[in-house]
Amino acid sequence: MEVEAAKALGAGIAVIALFGVGLGIGNIFSSLISSVARNPAARDAVFPIGILGFALTEAVALFALLIAFLILFA
Amino acid sequence: MAVEGKTIDALSQFELTHVAAGFTNSNLYMLIGGVAISALMVLGMQKRARVPGRLQSLAEVSYEFIYNMVDEQVGREGRKFFPFVFTLFMFVLFGNLLGMLPYAFTFTSHIAVTFTLALVVFILVTAVALAIHGTKFFSYFFPEGAPIALAPIIIPVEIISYLSRVVSLSVRLFANMVAGHVMLKVFATFVVLLGSLGVIGIIGAAAPLALNVALVGFEFLVAFLQAYVFAILTCIYLHDAVHLH
Repeated sequence: MEVEAAKALGAGIAVIALFGVGLGIGNIFSSLISSVARNPAARDAVFPIGILGFALTEAVALFALLIAFLILFA
Repeated sequence: MAVEGKTIDALSQFELTHVAAGFTNSNLYMLIGGVAISALMVLGMQKRARVPGRLQSLAEVSYEFIYNMVDEQVGREGRKFFPFVFTLFMFVLFGNLLGMLPYAFTFTSHIAVTFTLALVVFILVTAVALAIHGTKFFSYFFPEGAPIALAPIIIPVEIISYLSRVVSLSVRLFANMVAGHVMLKVFATFVVLLGSLGVIGIIGAAAPLALNVALVGFEFLVAFLQAYVFAILTCIYLHDAVHLH
């Protein structure tokens, strides 16, 4: 296999992690919405935790992106 | 991002041989950030009005925001770490926000900078834990009540996860800033490429342009969010160091 082709395939495979990240972020916001809907008074307490969870999960996607960039360009 | 046409050798940034290697634009923007933070704090608090003006309430809000965060996450003992966390937060925040100005340089988009910041946090946290708990600190790597037979598995895993904090803390900030700016540049390239196609292309170019405007707004959110995450993770690590679990 050509090295270029293998690199492109590898970068594509590396971002499969986005599957899990999509599930995770969806899960975080669905639980955030349902908890705010059940107890609107808890909104101020729950919202920062949800945002923190979002940022931590999003970081996993960026790790995968970084690996893809490393495969493609390094 | 870097000036076009110049590539940055990521590994050579860690070379320690050239101590006085010169004044890079990364250093320049760190200096601008530091001066801006000092100016905000000094000028904002000069009047000490009872009803704060815009600058004063900005200084007060950022101070209270971090103060409450440290108080909530670390507890009473954490108050002596407040100046450290506040400095770290403001430095990262201003680094991220300065990078949003056109033609500006984002120093937080460099792994050398974020890794150094994360390493400072890591060394501080470990030193604090050792100073407070002494050798009892090493019980952190083996949770209480776990069966002793699992020790050969749990201890290496805990040690690796403790050490990987440095990597995850630095790469999170660095990757967020790089990915955000790359995304902006990619959509800006779409605008230029479509615009060169003639009248139809110029009409079509409105879509990526509009998306780019929205993305700039999103990047401002990310700039704040990543500084917040950096600070709150520092607080969580400090909590672990002060209380062990």
